[in-house]
Amino acid sequence: MNEIFSATVIIGVLSSGIRLATPYLYAAIGETFGQRSGVLNLGVEGQMLLGAFASFYVALTTGSLVYGLLIAMLVGALMGLAMAYVTVNLHAEQGISGIGFYLFGLGMSELLFKMLLGTVETVKGFSVVPIPFLSQIPVLGEIFFQQNILVYIAFLLVPVAWFVLNKTTLGLKIRSVGENPEAADSLGVSVARIRYFTIILGGTLSGLAGASMSIALLNVFQQNMTSGLGFIAVALVYFGAWRPWGVLAGALLFSMVNSLQLWMQVLNVPIPSDIAVMLPYLLTIIVLVATVSRVRSPAALTKPFDRGD
Amino acid sequence: MSDNTLPSGHTRINSLEMRNITKRFPGVLANSNVDFDVRAGEVHALLGENGAGKSTLMKVLYGLYGPEEGEIYLNGKPITIESPTDAINQGIGMIHQHFMLVETLTVAENVALGLPSSRGFLTDLDRVSERILELGKIYGLDIDPNAYIWQLSVGQQQRVEIIKALYRGAALLILDEPTAVLTPQEVNEFFVIMRQMVADGHALIFISHKLHEIMDICDRVTVLRDGRKIGTKIIADITKSELANWMVGREVSMTRELEDIPLGPARLQLENVTCKSDRGTPALRGVSLDVHSGEILGVAGISGNGQRELAEAITGLRDVTGGTIHLEGQDVTNFRPGVLTERMLSYIPEERMKDGMIKDFSIAENMILREHHKNPFANKGFLMLKTIAKHSDVLIDRFRVKTPSRDTKAGNLSGGNIQKVVLAREISRQPRVLIAAQPSRGLDVGATEYVHAQLLEQRGNGTAIMMISEDLDEIMGLSDRIAVICEGELMGIVPRDEATPEKLGLMMAGVAPEEA
Repeated sequence: MNEIFSATVIIGVLSSGIRLATPYLYAAIGETFGQRSGVLNLGVEGQMLLGAFASFYVALTTGSLVYGLLIAMLVGALMGLAMAYVTVNLHAEQGISGIGFYLFGLGMSELLFKMLLGTVETVKGFSVVPIPFLSQIPVLGEIFFQQNILVYIAFLLVPVAWFVLNKTTLGLKIRSVGENPEAADSLGVSVARIRYFTIILGGTLSGLAGASMSIALLNVFQQNMTSGLGFIAVALVYFGAWRPWGVLAGALLFSMVNSLQLWMQVLNVPIPSDIAVMLPYLLTIIVLVATVSRVRSPAALTKPFDRGD
Repeated sequence: MSDNTLPSGHTRINSLEMRNITKRFPGVLANSNVDFDVRAGEVHALLGENGAGKSTLMKVLYGLYGPEEGEIYLNGKPITIESPTDAINQGIGMIHQHFMLVETLTVAENVALGLPSSRGFLTDLDRVSERILELGKIYGLDIDPNAYIWQLSVGQQQRVEIIKALYRGAALLILDEPTAVLTPQEVNEFFVIMRQMVADGHALIFISHKLHEIMDICDRVTVLRDGRKIGTKIIADITKSELANWMVGREVSMTRELEDIPLGPARLQLENVTCKSDRGTPALRGVSLDVHSGEILGVAGISGNGQRELAEAITGLRDVTGGTIHLEGQDVTNFRPGVLTERMLSYIPEERMKDGMIKDFSIAENMILREHHKNPFANKGFLMLKTIAKHSDVLIDRFRVKTPSRDTKAGNLSGGNIQKVVLAREISRQPRVLIAAQPSRGLDVGATEYVHAQLLEQRGNGTAIMMISEDLDEIMGLSDRIAVICEGELMGIVPRDEATPEKLGLMMAGVAPEEA
């Protein structure tokens, strides 16, 4: 019991916590863009699963991790494109169509897995790239700067997303479309084009989120390997009050709890593993209940835009 | 500065002409061969009843609607406007009736939205702010570029809208009912700005159905009725009542006599009623009053002094925290709305779009909302669709609701027709007590006249009516007695023949009637 408080274990928990935050970050930052423009995409989980499978399969067959990444992004983007068409052009109910896309991704990734692979295999995924000098810092270096490339990119994505949303004309358009699409439209901003952009961007990042699991974090593909992570990512956007830094805080909270429960299992802490595994999900509910009434969502979230012509 | 340049630095529009504009919606001919023109240095009023096609015509001009037929000429040359961007590029700006502002953004962000930035893909809000202050100085529009929209008053938000248009180089401004949301003081300030803009060479199109405003500020007026142009006249050549008759297409009586009705027993009695506002602060502080059969009790007051809470306390929509309410002698304090409905209390709510009907329901469905569960509209839980259809046809006819059919969604009707649907539902059941809150707000002359006539007919039938209104003309024109409310307290009740606007105004400001 005492060993859980040893330095090695604490560093281990924090280090793997940082690593585990990667898929949350990609998916939730992508979802943030979509929701800031007024589109709730519940299909994140499905996009992640297909992205995870596609990247794994391509990496396995071609031996190229870069091809794996690209195909994951492409698959995610295509699913985003379909989602955009359904919600923007056809004005479909966003929540329901999102669930449809989730089920499609779930089923399709399973089917492809059975047809093309059949058994669980492993690939050699992205390896750790220590950052010169920084990785030498005691404790901190080990926690933050001895990770794989996808981890670094995920964390860099946070300030980039913040910058795009708050300091660029594109970000201004995205925010206005999510708050008052009629106003944006009256000033010549194409609501449809902005929403297409954010949904496809979200899909691309969700695909990456899947790839970060199958060819960087775990280096395997299993059916339903995301097990609800994509839905937690959607919840994180609410938790983070639609702000990239808030999303980062949420992602870290969840990944740390996750990491802790994994280590607890490894160290045989006498807590039933079922309970431990439940922790992050329990936390989702508690945190959402505690935060959701506190912040205001984008006013046009889930509302299709129709000029009425 | 040459003659052809505006103080904002943009080129003026000497003339703009719309010819033969026709615009159809499913089941409605919104504009039928309409001609309209406006010149630099004038205010041209567009007048018509609700649903006459004013907003449609202007949305065509601003590129929000594509017309089926018609041409637009700018300075004599034909142009095409297919989107708001086209309109903006031609120097046309529009101030919408419902502001097109993003509340969570700052003034500068709202102004910059959709425009190319001088820093490429980065925003240049500091430069935008400078230009906003510059324009503000030229046109007398004082505004803080860094303020968030939600922090601004309605009048200030309107200034942001004007600056937005000027920033984009608008030489012609379409003002769609700009005064509807303003207080009288704000209207005066707004007119000063309008006069300044006209003097500087802007062309303004002013949509309103407040006749005195049109007489006050406009040079010419064009009247639309049922989507057709009736004509254009110079304001100096026409009187206010001629204008009213011309718009409605018949004689309109602007004042009316109340017929003598013997006062019946008190049907609604409030005794020391208190209740709280949405924020939990005291909204009513011990209000006592009676409303008798066959009278209209007007409740006057400045907006937000407890009128809404008063109506909701009586109709069971808000908890009464103290005092009692009696309906026909029986204590009904804190009874649920359903029970009060059974006891024949009717309510015309202030927010008719939100509280008075269900937008996505058909007219027929809206007309039976209050009694949908009872015979003859329902039998053992089944809706009697034929009866409901017949009932709504009768009411549509009797209340002259302008609609393609009884199956039209209520949300697609114009404001006046929506109010007629609410009125039809609430009045046709022969209520014992009727609470009418702001019954003519936002309605045009013809619809207002109609609503008033209906209220007076109810009075004649012996209904006890409480009419809450912020419009003093309406209060003094219709009420037998006038109760004045200020900060949730009843300042006093004045009989009709003792009421003057001055006296009521002082009481509304909190002065006791003996001193007023």
